[in-house]
This record gives sequence, C-alpha cells and structure tokens, in this order.
Amino acid sequence: MAERSGMVEKRGAGHWFTHLGLIVGVLIIFFPIWLAFVASTVTQPEIVKPPMPLWPGGHFFENYRSALVSGINAPVARMLGNSLVMALGIALGKIAISLLSAFAIVYFRFPGRRLFFWLIFLTLMLPVEVRIVPTYEVVAGFGMLNSYSGLIFPLIASATATFLFRQFFMTVPDELAEAARVDGARPMRFFLDILLPMSRTNIAALFVILFIYGWNQYLWPLLITTDPQMNTIVMGIKQMFPSGDDVADWPVIMATSILAMVPPIVVVISMQNLFIRGLVDSEK
Amino acid sequence: MATLKLRNVKKRFGSTDVIHGVDLDVADGEFIVIVGPSGCGKSTLLRMVAGLETVSGGEISIDGKPVNDLEPMDRDIAMVFQNYALYPHMSVYDNISYGLKIAKTPKEEIAARVATAAKMLQLEPYLQRKPRELSGGQRQRVAMGRAIVRKPAVFLFDEPLSNLDAKLRVQMRLEIKALQKELGITSLYVTHDQVEAMTLADRMVVMHGGVADQIGAPLDVYANPATSFVAGFIGSPATNFLPPAALNAPRDGASTVGVRPEHTRLVHSGEGQTQGIVTFSEALGAETLVHLSLPSGAAFTVRQDGALPCPHSGEHCGVDWDQSREILFDADERRIRQGRARAAACP
Repeated sequence: MAERSGMVEKRGAGHWFTHLGLIVGVLIIFFPIWLAFVASTVTQPEIVKPPMPLWPGGHFFENYRSALVSGINAPVARMLGNSLVMALGIALGKIAISLLSAFAIVYFRFPGRRLFFWLIFLTLMLPVEVRIVPTYEVVAGFGMLNSYSGLIFPLIASATATFLFRQFFMTVPDELAEAARVDGARPMRFFLDILLPMSRTNIAALFVILFIYGWNQYLWPLLITTDPQMNTIVMGIKQMFPSGDDVADWPVIMATSILAMVPPIVVVISMQNLFIRGLVDSEK
Repeated sequence: MATLKLRNVKKRFGSTDVIHGVDLDVADGEFIVIVGPSGCGKSTLLRMVAGLETVSGGEISIDGKPVNDLEPMDRDIAMVFQNYALYPHMSVYDNISYGLKIAKTPKEEIAARVATAAKMLQLEPYLQRKPRELSGGQRQRVAMGRAIVRKPAVFLFDEPLSNLDAKLRVQMRLEIKALQKELGITSLYVTHDQVEAMTLADRMVVMHGGVADQIGAPLDVYANPATSFVAGFIGSPATNFLPPAALNAPRDGASTVGVRPEHTRLVHSGEGQTQGIVTFSEALGAETLVHLSLPSGAAFTVRQDGALPCPHSGEHCGVDWDQSREILFDADERRIRQGRARAAACP
C-alpha cells in the first residue's frame, strides 16, 4: 500500500512512548483482575499469608468446581443462570418494548401522541433508585418476590431505548413506508419486514449495552431476592462475604468474581463488529 | 388495463386549499404527464390517486370503480418514487418481488415475473445485489421493476428522473417511454421538467396553483396555451410577455401579448414591433439567445440561428415578428382566441 500522509502513523520515539504509556495503563487496570485470578487458583492459607502470591497456584479446577457446584450460599452455576435469565430478559424485553413504542410514536397519528412521547421521555429522569420503594410495594403485591418476573419486569421499560429507536425511525425516509403501503404491506408487516432488519445494528448495539446493564444490576436483586436460589451473581458475590467471625473462602469468592466477568466479555467480543457499526453509522 | 377518472378532485390541508378541483379522464393505455412548478399540487394529486393522501372532495375512479376510500394496495396501482424508496436491506430480487410475496403469489410465478422484468430492464446481473451497490440509473430500473411485476392497472411516477444526471435522464426518459408503449399500461407521470413532459406525454396536464390550467397534447399545448402561465411555463426559453402599449400598434382587448423567442428576429434599430437594448447574448452553438432590455425595463429574449451575427451588449436593436404568431391574453390571463389557432403538425 502506498504510504499515506496525514494519518496518525507516527514513527520513532513518539511511537514507542505512546505504546509504553498504553501498556502501563493496561497493566495498571488489569492488575486487580490478575490478582483475583491468582487468588482463585490457590488455597485459602496461601492467600491470607503475606506476601500475597502473584503467580497462579495449582488449585484452579478444584476452586472453580467448588464454586460452580456448591458455592457458599448457592451454587455459582445457579447464580450465573439467574443472572443470565435476568440480563437476557431485561435486554430483549427492553428492545422489544422500545421498538414497538417507538414504532407507534413515529408512524401512527393518535390523540396524545406527543404527550405519550414526553411522558416516556420524562421517565428518563427517574432512575430505579428513586422509585425503588413503590416499585417494591407493587412487585410484592403481585407476589413476584423471589421470581424471575420480579427481577425482570420492573426494569424492562426503557425511555432511553425508545428515544434511540424513535430517532432512528425518523431518519428512515417516509417514501419507504409509502412504498411498502403501495406494495401491500400492513403496518406490522412493514415493521417486521423493513424496519426491524434496518434497525439490526442499532438493536445489536443496544443489546450489548442493555445486557451489561442487566447483568450488573445490584440493588434491585438484593432487595427482592431473599432466597439464595434466586440470587444473581453480582449481588451473590457480596452475599458470600462473611458476616461476623466466619472465615471468608477467598479462593471461591475470587473464582466467582472471575466467572461473573466472563459472560459480559463474551457478549461484547462476539457482538463487537455489529456494536461498533450500530454506534458509528446508520447504514442507509 | 384500465381507465382513470378524476372528478372535481380537491385537497385541503387544514384550512389551506391545495387543489381546487381537477377533472381528468385518462384513456386506457394513455401516458399522462402532470407538469407544473414546485408547490402547484401535482405531487399531491398523484399521491391522492395512489391513496397515500386522503381525498378532501370529488371522486377518483379506476376502471369505473371509485377508489377514494381504498388503501393503496387495493387500488391496483404501482408507484415509482423520486428517491426510488428501495428497501436498503433487501437484494434487488427481494425488492422487486416484495409486493408479490405479500400478495401470496406462488413462488414459481414470482420467479418468472421477476425474470421477465429483469430481462426487460437489463437487471439480470444485479438481482442478488443490494441497492447501495447499484448506480443511480440501476436503482431507478429496480424501482421500475418493482412496479412492473405487479402488473398494475395504473402506473404512477413521482418525478422519477430528478435524481439522475442529465445524460442518464435522457436515456431513462426514452426507456420509460418505450417500456410504457410496450406494456400499454395507463400511466400518470409527475414532473417539473417541461422537456420530460413534452417528450413523454400523450397528453399533458399543466398545473398551476392547484388548478389544471390546460390539458392537451404537448404540441397543442405549446402552440395554443390556454393561459399566460402555460405560455410562460411550456417552451424554453420562456415566452416573452409585453403590454400592448409597448408595441407599435395597439391590440384590441388584449392586456398582455405573448410571443415566443423562437418566433422573433432582430432587425435594425427603429424597425420592427418593438425596440430594445442588448444586455447580453448566449451563443449556444446551434442557436444564440439574445437578451434585450425594453424601454419599459422588461426583459425580452430573441432566439436566433447560431450562424447569424451576434449583437454586442449595449447595441440598440429592433425586434420583429409575424403578428399571427402572437398569443393574446385578457386581464384574467386567459387566452383570447384569435380564430386561427394552429394545431401544430407533428413531423
């Protein structure tokens, strides 16, 4: 390839310094994760005896099996499953609901259309924490404590995603909807055949963000799940910490932490391409 | 195939009247072009026929059947949009066949119809491509293909060529004309380009301010404009308009005199029907357009053969024409029939 000028392609000392800076940065950020990983591969006495080990020990399989199968309060495998159901439920549910509500707001003329849009928009200003007590009331009233629906439904409506899809739908030329009408597509057909495939990259980007949002929920699951079998992993880690004089089983806790990090990483890496495209271009 | 009838069709947006009652009878297989400046309501009229806009008054019927309250899909029409409106995520094949798929046409028949249309439009090599991988002209053809495969009663075209470059526009114009002749489908075509209107139309409708000023064969409209607007809009360069007072002899009853640039010639200063000063000349090769300023301050254009001497700016000239070529208008801008309307002979 011909040498291109004007690109950010410096050579020489600057180049090395830049990389040195980046490497140091990565090491600093990565170090705690490395420590957690090391701690998950050694035995309890090795951790508590200073200095802390910096290289992995030989108990990797033992610790992880113990975490996955028995855990401390509940098996980690169970908590991973709960988290997965909750994160998927929140991500997919939010996407489905916001796609449909954006579709209604953009493509249909109904009385109070603007009012509804602004009402949805207004809820952007109310985070979960603000409405957590009344929400708890409602969920408890419906008998949804310690259930997946209780974990998912209160978090499923999303003003942000509705707004994002609304903005995207408004960039879709009107002629496309008209062409579909002339072609004989009823509204839902147009939505499924044309709008949905066109929003593919936006949906992917949103899925990544919402999956991580759902996965990292802490306060809400902590409130409504009292049964360890319903614990999600992010709150479960905290539940593993000993209270009082109990001895913390650090290798198992650390193994759990590492396991908790894996699904979001898998989601981000596997959807990386779509994710970036969804944020960068609108592919018209 | 089908006929199309518009009876006193009106459109109102809120309290604004956009179309003030248009009557039109389109014969089976006829190619009608609606032409007019932007904002004259021509696209709105077409969209009402398509069913994309509601009809505020009057009646539209296709093949004798009123369609005012039918959805676009039930009107048996197909439409080509200005920006093509192709589905960006679908291949050319899927774009063309989408309407048939919704109508639950059998797969084999869809394939056969798409193949025929693709052959007709020379799209065969591109059937698996996405619209963004096609050139403007090819996209235009895909949009046409989507309309053809439906085998509709009426074709509707909404300025389909205005996004193409000049050369391609001429080519596609010829293709559309040939295709329409071949298929013999009743067509309604909206454009602001009078050249498209002149070349494509069996009959043209000149719209102005929500009213159909004149409906007629292109050459007839050119030769016998019904209003001063039509005279000024059809024909390039535009017709010159003069008050009778600016002429050497009065014209009975006329408040405006129109004369086409191609019917005028420059003569020596002091001679001819009126006098002017040359402001500038455009030599286009085959012809020269001489722009003059009249004593009243009005502009006047003379179109002369490119071989004739080209006058300099600032020169005083006379302008002459055959008085029988004049088009006279009354105070309402309506044509005064001079009793010798020349139906132009088509070569």
